[in-house]
Amino acid sequence: MSSTSEDPDSGIPPAEVPDLPPPHAHGFWSRWVFSQDAKYIALQYSGTAIAIGLVALVLSWLIRMQLGFPGVFHFISAEAYYQFITMHGMIMVVYLLTAIFLGGFGNYLIPLMVGARDMVFPFVNMLSFWMYFAAVVVLAASFFAPGGPTGAGWTLYPPQAILSGTPGGTQWGIVLMLVSLILFIIGFTMGGLNYAVTVLQARTRGMTLMRMPLTIWGIFTATVMALLAFPALFVAAVMMLFDRLLGTSFFMPALVEMGEHLSYGGGSPIVFQHLFWFFGHPEVYIVALPAFGIVSDLIAVHARKNIFGYRMMVWAIVIIGALSFIVWAHHMYVSGMHPYFGFFFATTTLIIAVPTAIKVYNWVLTLHRGDIHLTLPMLFSLGFIVTFLNGGLTGLFLGNVVVDVPLSDTMFVVAHFHMVMGVAPIMVIYGAIYHWFPLITGRMLSHGMGLVHFWVTFIGAYAIFFPMHYVGLVGVPRRYPEIEAAFVPDSVATLNAFITVAALIVGAAQLLFLFNIAWSLRFGRRSGLNPWRAASLEWQTPDMPPRHGNWGEALPVVHRWAYDYSVPGAPRDYIAQDDPGPAAAWRHEP
Amino acid sequence: MTDVSSMRPGGLRGLAADWASDQRSFKTASWGKAMMWIFLLSDTFVFAIFLISYMSARSSTEAEWPNASEVFSLHLGGADLPLALIAIMTFVLISSSGTMAMAVNFAYARDRRRTAALIFATAAMGALFVGMQAFEWSKLIHEGVRPWGNPFGAEQFGATFFMITGFHGTHVSFGVIFLLIVGNKVRKGEFDSGRRSWLCREKGDYEAVEIMGLYWHFVDLVWVFIFAFFYLW
Repeated sequence: MSSTSEDPDSGIPPAEVPDLPPPHAHGFWSRWVFSQDAKYIALQYSGTAIAIGLVALVLSWLIRMQLGFPGVFHFISAEAYYQFITMHGMIMVVYLLTAIFLGGFGNYLIPLMVGARDMVFPFVNMLSFWMYFAAVVVLAASFFAPGGPTGAGWTLYPPQAILSGTPGGTQWGIVLMLVSLILFIIGFTMGGLNYAVTVLQARTRGMTLMRMPLTIWGIFTATVMALLAFPALFVAAVMMLFDRLLGTSFFMPALVEMGEHLSYGGGSPIVFQHLFWFFGHPEVYIVALPAFGIVSDLIAVHARKNIFGYRMMVWAIVIIGALSFIVWAHHMYVSGMHPYFGFFFATTTLIIAVPTAIKVYNWVLTLHRGDIHLTLPMLFSLGFIVTFLNGGLTGLFLGNVVVDVPLSDTMFVVAHFHMVMGVAPIMVIYGAIYHWFPLITGRMLSHGMGLVHFWVTFIGAYAIFFPMHYVGLVGVPRRYPEIEAAFVPDSVATLNAFITVAALIVGAAQLLFLFNIAWSLRFGRRSGLNPWRAASLEWQTPDMPPRHGNWGEALPVVHRWAYDYSVPGAPRDYIAQDDPGPAAAWRHEP
Repeated sequence: MTDVSSMRPGGLRGLAADWASDQRSFKTASWGKAMMWIFLLSDTFVFAIFLISYMSARSSTEAEWPNASEVFSLHLGGADLPLALIAIMTFVLISSSGTMAMAVNFAYARDRRRTAALIFATAAMGALFVGMQAFEWSKLIHEGVRPWGNPFGAEQFGATFFMITGFHGTHVSFGVIFLLIVGNKVRKGEFDSGRRSWLCREKGDYEAVEIMGLYWHFVDLVWVFIFAFFYLW
């Protein structure tokens, strides 16, 4: 395309970035396996993440079966239980949520939403996926290794993580876990550099940062955070690997095990906790920020209204991202660190509630007097707001030192973070899949099956996690496969059985979702172009689904932000981002 | 649409507007250069966390920390010279940054021969550095320093030393490999002809030399910190 054909008075600057064709596939391998097309890589990432996520789903069933009916299932030993909770947690947080938001949605949406033909370095992007794939294979291999996977808990706290009392501690489990994490981080870094540079340097003409959809803001900020937070996990994993394999004592104090003095001495387990949570807390927001961004877009599209307070939403994302680097030790109130640290970290933690609350208010205000269509993406978005608010409020309890100390390591904590970091982002993932499935496949997902999926998941999530708060408040600790009946009231056993039945049903509903995808791929209604009448750029491609290179002959030129819905005087109830429009009277921009 | 330049905001708003400006946030940086800078930012965190972990181990361990000027001394000509080897190593590595900078300068001038020669000189000094590091490691190992213990004091000394210098040495080694690749491309004129690389099918150009230089200077800069914290503290 040529920039000279543009009217010089249009205010649209000439192209600064040459419009290079993305690399083309040359045959079977470069088309279907080592593809360099970000859209295909996104599907590879998502498919792998969902596949390993199914393992985590089955593990959660096994965990709940043991907790609901202790002693009934003889094949679930205490060791196996620890392995189940460890792998469930690690898979869900790192290999599913992080991978699907950044590797999946990031790869698919960033080039389309900023108007690029592909990521800036497609080859590196391809390597990123295969690194991730290797990490998943190594992780899955630990199920078949001697001694099985590690049972150290997803936080992998030393010293127990590498001692013989923990499943996989002195065998293969912990080694494979750490190697898998290192591979994941290397793979993510390659992808993350691509996402960040594509957003910063490869936008189409007219696409200023403040015209980007909030989805991209969320994914971009999360990517930058991940590039700065994963180094801590990388270093911690390398050091623990050395402790385990070379006999160093970075995290290992002098220990007596089975009456035998171990060769370790002089290390500090607390350092690991600091390193882990310097990664671990930003990780929560690495998952949450893309969810925040995506849900903002879903609400705006399906309520036919511009997002309320766009600028504020952007700054809230950036501020949450920055603050999340100075709150990590609120996970460590009971670790034995200096009490003054608790004061500092409790303060910063509660400050994060301010930008987060701004976001929740803005979502609600976007809905206020909107033309709300109760489509599946909207239902899941509403489900997200409710579950996120719920989980956020219990977070206020846990952020305060004096309240956290008695609640620490109880089922209350489990209920809290499953609500805020499990259910809430997964609601957004589902909403996003229902929303963008037509973009990816050209077909709609079945609405009927989707309704069953939503209501079972939403009500089921409350059936699971609401009683769990109570179980925690009466003092049931987490990570115990079985509680002696003398220590807890009978109602706990009843509730545990109830929660287990709910969990099994909710899990089954997720299989219905997978069936819906398979069914709709073949029999789903054809969507046509832009079925949701959305204004953002990814729906304005010449083909649906978009082809290799995304934009056909010429790159789009962006004239407005992504939220021009129901603009008074406009011919349609939305104005696409690349619509030049006749007059400034339409302009709604912040 | 009105004239954009007359609506430019000032102050902090102007700062935000510049960063958020059309198409590119960094107006002079190519994709490759921007990517390298962001990678180096991430890598800075890796090294910083390594060094902070080392400081934490050093300040919390019970056993006494070995005296650096004794452990790292070199027995030359009948006298123990403290830090002699490390001084030479540091000199070599810093000098290689000089040749790298000159290579980047000649790459701008499209001076194929001098650019290639200076890149190979940089790579040679990098390899020399890694070689001297291997010598230092073998000397320490010969004296009984191991990751799990050493005769001089706290066992975390050996662990952190091998881990951090090893991680840095790996960076230098990878740097040498990539310098050889880039240098060879310059020598064969592939950046002049715009030939596509056999692996990733990208067209290279002389900017690769500058991007390589960013990485190399970073590795040198990191060494200054490792040098200060391990050998001078």
